[in-house]
Amino acid sequence: MDVSSVSILTEWDIVAARQMGRSEAKTIGFGAVDQARITTAISELARNIYLYAEQGSVTIGRFEKDGKVGIRVIAEDQGPGIGDVQLVLQDGYSSSYGLGAGLPGVKRLMDEFDIQTEVGEGTKITIVKWLS
Amino acid sequence: MIQPKVPILKLKNCLIISIQWELDDATALQFQQDVLKKIHETNARGVVIDLTALDFIDSFIARILDEVIQMAGMMGAKVALTGIQPPIAITLVELGIELSDVLTALDLESGLDRLQQELEG
Ligand SMILES: Nc1ncnc2c1ncn2[C@@H]1O[C@H](COP(=O)(O)OP(=O)(O)OP(=O)(O)O)[C@@H](O)[C@H]1O
Ligand SMILES: [Mg+2]
Repeated sequence: MDVSSVSILTEWDIVAARQMGRSEAKTIGFGAVDQARITTAISELARNIYLYAEQGSVTIGRFEKDGKVGIRVIAEDQGPGIGDVQLVLQDGYSSSYGLGAGLPGVKRLMDEFDIQTEVGEGTKITIVKWLS
Repeated sequence: MIQPKVPILKLKNCLIISIQWELDDATALQFQQDVLKKIHETNARGVVIDLTALDFIDSFIARILDEVIQMAGMMGAKVALTGIQPPIAITLVELGIELSDVLTALDLESGLDRLQQELEG
């Protein structure tokens, strides 16, 4: 399936990742509100990689399952991982200066949210939005 | 990549800012500093920030805007946000972000009017 990928190394790559997401969402046929949701979710995940893992990648592509069509975004890094996943998925939790709206917010913006993480190994977050 | 600064105009006792392109983090932080400096330099009492061209918002930009609202308030200037499009309003709520108490209006002109009323009244 058609996928594109952005390496996240600098602040600029956050901009590149969300531009790629916005254009892919548009191509797949998402409307303005979903485009904004998808762009925002990508921005949150890419910034988390930049802030907490220093580097990683964001892969974006059209996704089909059980006759449904959508967009899938995979944000992956080999950073420090997350020790307490339940904790970081709580609204308002932030280890830094953030509002802590990031991950719980991403979960609300998208239809599917999966996180795999291991301390010392890295983090892989997969999110999907379906075309309704 | 070098992005131009966000221009800040002055009209009577208000600053007028229209965000016309997607802000990267550095430009957003620069914008925050520039607004506060300009409030100080011009003694502006109101600031209108027009977001019509913004097609998405994330927690970083939301935080920058919220800090501008609060810091401007401390410096005696009231902020109005104008032109917030439906996708932006929806994502802000879903992200779970509440902006500090701020005037809002549909477009720049009515934002400026409301701010003037507020400042006079
Ligand atoms: N890729 C990652 N690698 C390691 N830790 C992470 C990663 N992503 C998130 N975290 C941890 O999870 C916490 C919560 O992340 P979340 O994005 O929800 O909030 P935040 O980044 O702290 O604040 P905000 O996103 O609102 O600015 C972070 O503070 C960080 O400790
Ligand atoms: Mg975050």
